[in-house]
Amino acid sequence: MIGLKTKAAAAAAVLLAAMLGAGTSAHEGGHEAPQIARQKWTFSGVLGDFDAGQLQRGFRVYTDVCARCHGVKRLSFRNLVQPGGPEFPEAGVKSLAADKYKVDAEPNDQGKIVKRPAVLADHIPSPYKNEQEARASQPGGALPPDLSLITKARSVESHAPFYMVPLNMMRDILAGYQESGADYVYAYLTGFKEPAKDVKVPDGMNYNEAFPAPHFTAMPNPFAGGNDAVKYDDGTPQTVDNYARDVTAFLAWAADPSLAERKRLGLLVMVYLLITALLLYLAKRRIWSKVH
Amino acid sequence: MASHESTFRPASRAGKWLDERLPLPRLMHGQFVDFPTPRNINYLWTTGGLLTFFLGVQIATGIVLAMHYIPSAGDAFNSVEAIRRDVNFGWLIRNIHMVGASFFFLAAYIHIARGMYYGSYKAPREVLWILGVVIFLLMMATAFMGYSLPWGQMSFWAVTVITNLFSSVDAVIPGLGTRIVQWLWGGYSVSGTTLTRFYALHYLLPFVIAGVVGLHIWALHVVGQNNPTGLDIKQPSDSVPMAPYAIMKDIFALSVFVLLFAWFVFYLPDYLGHSDNYIEANPLSTPPHIVPEWYFLPYYAILRAIPDKLLGVIAMFSSILLLIFLPWLDTSRVRSAKYRPIYKWFFWFFIISVIALGYLGSKPPEPPYVGWARFFTAYYFLHLLVILPIVGVIENPRALPRSITEAVLGKEPATQGARAGGGK
Repeated sequence: MIGLKTKAAAAAAVLLAAMLGAGTSAHEGGHEAPQIARQKWTFSGVLGDFDAGQLQRGFRVYTDVCARCHGVKRLSFRNLVQPGGPEFPEAGVKSLAADKYKVDAEPNDQGKIVKRPAVLADHIPSPYKNEQEARASQPGGALPPDLSLITKARSVESHAPFYMVPLNMMRDILAGYQESGADYVYAYLTGFKEPAKDVKVPDGMNYNEAFPAPHFTAMPNPFAGGNDAVKYDDGTPQTVDNYARDVTAFLAWAADPSLAERKRLGLLVMVYLLITALLLYLAKRRIWSKVH
Repeated sequence: MASHESTFRPASRAGKWLDERLPLPRLMHGQFVDFPTPRNINYLWTTGGLLTFFLGVQIATGIVLAMHYIPSAGDAFNSVEAIRRDVNFGWLIRNIHMVGASFFFLAAYIHIARGMYYGSYKAPREVLWILGVVIFLLMMATAFMGYSLPWGQMSFWAVTVITNLFSSVDAVIPGLGTRIVQWLWGGYSVSGTTLTRFYALHYLLPFVIAGVVGLHIWALHVVGQNNPTGLDIKQPSDSVPMAPYAIMKDIFALSVFVLLFAWFVFYLPDYLGHSDNYIEANPLSTPPHIVPEWYFLPYYAILRAIPDKLLGVIAMFSSILLLIFLPWLDTSRVRSAKYRPIYKWFFWFFIISVIALGYLGSKPPEPPYVGWARFFTAYYFLHLLVILPIVGVIENPRALPRSITEAVLGKEPATQGARAGGGK
């Protein structure tokens, strides 16, 4: 019966592996896509946190480039000020909201809805009033999606053979890897390449190697202007790669504004539970020693 | 209830007064302090406590979420985002509830596999086992409806696919299946009406589960716990009182399991979910690949392995309902697989089959996956319907120890549960 405990442990491990194995479904879609490289993000891993400077640059890229067609409607102006985000100065965000954005006010005493300047509590207005207007303003009638959740709503497929699945899962679980959406968005933003000669890109579509096959996407290359399209004032080199990286970090924050708080609290909880588990184990050992 | 001397002595006059009128403290003391637990149960026997804990966690976090959630097609997705972004610690409560469902199922699967390995379903524990299957079915219904509530793309399309299964009844009685599906939907398609009724049921069913869990624990305390030898408690030295021994072990195991749980809650909250569920439900856009949550993947693989829709649905439901008959399908007179040299191998192949079906359920229904899914589906049913009854008859079990005490202190010391982690 030597093997009993081992077997019990093996059973638990196998079930765990099953569960984790299933977890890969999150990264697998039904269609072919190219391998997308994992990027280094400041917000990845157990100790990860957003870099406020990067988020500020990313917000600038968003407003200068993306905001023409894409909203981030789930963000409020106040989010731009709060800790763990871009941490813009409050006065700056207040005047940005008031000067650049108008929102519907409550009906006035004539029942008319007039516009008023936005305040910190308002959600950031989207460029279009509704889906119909958004589609009508696009050449091919495509809908530019809201970007508030885009890094959570995308993922990278795994093409690993089945026997690699448990190992890959263990690796990702131990590393706390949750950035496949950000990896995809970055790969997409930098994925506008010349297609192979025999590929015929339909009218109104653009070739993007990161986009799922057949790699045709309605969005044109947002950084077609090349380097120096967006002005950075903190000395960071103005390159397309930096634009893509910074705006992806900004969108990752927009999708998960509580990330910093989550990871900070998580660390405390893990330390607390580790100590508790150790003490409980010692107590358990002491109590059971009486049985023999 | 399993008979044993009560050591309950009311400490105060008020306690004595209550004891003579409603002896609830005496009942609790008898069932959760004095209650004899086999001294050799291993850590797999801590999963029952884990499951009770997770039921409590899901109900507690669920009630808080219900205070902020709006069950309508237009607002459901937005309200979940508001919980994540605007409610104080809403992100934490939502993560606990979402990851908690997965860990609830993980613990349940370990619990069920333990019962199958050690023959815990055999006489006199048939009713206990059947109640467990009922809880499992209720859990699945609750989890399925809960998954619809965020009203993301996977929520919507999973509901569409699964409710549509009932239309397969049309193959038997034309029109009836369609009527059932429309009755479930409350309309001619999955809509806000469907969401609202699923929400109501999702709030109701956990309390039904809690009730059946009460019966499950009651039945357990009538017949007593099984243990790795599968032997009954025959003498005082075979058991230890539940408190502090089993309780302490349960609490330690719980702390380790919660440690793993917290890792997912804080660092991998979305790992077990699907990214499409962060896209708001859109009836006009079907995701390229609809998959259920991981804990439903084996049944999903069984469903898709069978080419005929109605037969697939029947196979999927019977893969769980068959478990009700396990006490009678297994003909062996020995409970624990430890003493069953042939069954043991089939058991592990059964476990591997379920895991393989889980993997295949996450893959598109095309070659080579479908072929393998058919193979493992075939084994699933072969195991329950043919192998179990036959092996029980032809197998020559190994010699059983005379008692639990002998198993622990006799020939094989230091490997049994009572000693595992015990004072050395």
